[in-house]
Amino acid sequence: MSFYITYIFIAIGLFAFAALFALFGVYAERKVSAFIQDRLGPTETGKFGLLQTLADALKLLQKESIIPQAADKVLFVLAPVIIFVSVYMGFACMPWAPGVASSKINLGLYYFFAILSIEVLGIIMAGWGSNNKYSMLGAIRSVAQIISYEIPAGFALISVVMISQTLDLQEISVQQGVLSAEKVKFLGLWDVTHIGGLLSWNVFKAPHLIIAFVIYFISSLAESNRAPFDIPEAESELVAGFHTEFTGMKFGFVFLAEYSMMFLVSMIAVILFLGAWNTILPNIGSLKLADWTTGTVWGLTWIFIKTLLLVGVQIWIRWTLPRLRVDQLMDLCWKILTPLSFLCMVISGIWRLWVM
Amino acid sequence: MKFCLILKCSKFRFKTNLIKKIVLLKKAYNALVTASKGMVLTLRHFFGSKKDRKVGSVKADNYFKRLEEGTNTIQYPKQKLPIPEVGRYQLDVEIDDCIVCDLCAKICPVDCIAIESIKATQAIGQTSDGSTKRLYAAKFDIDMAKCLYCGLCTVVCPTECITMTNQYDRSVYQLGDLTYHFSDMDQELIDQKTKEFEQQQAEKQAAKAAALKAKEEGNS
Repeated sequence: MSFYITYIFIAIGLFAFAALFALFGVYAERKVSAFIQDRLGPTETGKFGLLQTLADALKLLQKESIIPQAADKVLFVLAPVIIFVSVYMGFACMPWAPGVASSKINLGLYYFFAILSIEVLGIIMAGWGSNNKYSMLGAIRSVAQIISYEIPAGFALISVVMISQTLDLQEISVQQGVLSAEKVKFLGLWDVTHIGGLLSWNVFKAPHLIIAFVIYFISSLAESNRAPFDIPEAESELVAGFHTEFTGMKFGFVFLAEYSMMFLVSMIAVILFLGAWNTILPNIGSLKLADWTTGTVWGLTWIFIKTLLLVGVQIWIRWTLPRLRVDQLMDLCWKILTPLSFLCMVISGIWRLWVM
Repeated sequence: MKFCLILKCSKFRFKTNLIKKIVLLKKAYNALVTASKGMVLTLRHFFGSKKDRKVGSVKADNYFKRLEEGTNTIQYPKQKLPIPEVGRYQLDVEIDDCIVCDLCAKICPVDCIAIESIKATQAIGQTSDGSTKRLYAAKFDIDMAKCLYCGLCTVVCPTECITMTNQYDRSVYQLGDLTYHFSDMDQELIDQKTKEFEQQQAEKQAAKAAALKAKEEGNS
């Protein structure tokens, strides 16, 4: 019986983490945007405005939950739940440190990709259920975008999977450091199995994986509907896109899902390309930096630092680059990223056969 | 011959396709380059924002240069931009100098000045520039919510009693609080002065009537 308690405990823990991350993600977003635009951002609520987002969340909780009269009530109420739950369930398969994963699935990456695709369903439900043209347009754009960008993202991931020969995220993580049972080669030339650190990460295992990483990162921006691919919620034309009609905590859930999604896609990028929970410090001669900085606590620290850095880059990109037009978006996806990711996959196959 | 033409055609198409692809790749490459330039720019601003804005006069030589570095926000109640001593913001009336000529109310383009006057029974005194006052200001209200700060009233005022001050921060909770009352007369005084004037008028009327009557009597 006690393992049920563990399950519930872990689920609550992950939810708390997602909520906490959303709170401070929004704070970081506001501060970073402010600094980039030479402003100050929130400064009044709490020290440096740290409590600002908490106050906003409290405000959202108190707001009236409005269901438009013309809306499809079942779809409308269900949509934010599906959007959030699909993203939240993605956390289940994540490896956090050596031997620490909420759920050890040997189809981890497949599960992650499958469960995140369900978010599209929630978005189209929200758009259709709202019975509002802005929501509908936003949802159509969002779905078209997410489904299109899943292809380059998927092929970029497959090119990693072909190198690592497993879908188990924990296994993929282990292969990128000093704990690896297999031989790890830096750019396919230099055996770094016992050196580890930065050199044994997947991005440096094969040169084409750097391109795959960039492709995945760009597509992950599009999948989480973030700028410069935020046409689904383009404020200047669509009010707020598919979540125009949502109020109070329903809106809160959509928001929570957006920020959890940011964290999740960054974490997948870190796990597959940037060495997961492995340290960035290599062993140098008798200086066993990699061995010293590998462990449960170290693993948690490394994966957090790396993921938060990637989230930071996402925020940085959002406040720098202007939004793409729909045709530019599709051009980028189908004419550039998809062929390039195919190429990466082919090179991965050749690499696996002849180099590794 | 025909076959040759088709071959040529397909060759040409292949060539244009290749050119198209190269153009597309070049476009993608340019996009990457320009995007990275933008990212570097925003990163510079991100790290440059450690410096807070120092509030200084716009007259300083490097005023606009200084806006380039650090954050630009002026944290208003804590920091204030220096304003000129002779700033032209809120209206103020020195009611002792006012001769209630009503010129300001007449020239005001938005009619935000409301004046009511009572004639005095005799000259009540002099303003600081020597004009004689013959009218009481029973009401002198300026609705600053309507005022458009054109300053015409200060120009036409013959005694320069209506001026603009360098006060600008007048936030109020009630809209009515933006109507400033400059008259220093209370209702009792107004009633008294009105009565005095009416009495004087009545007396004058009576005297006139008496004079007329005496004239008529003298004639007949």
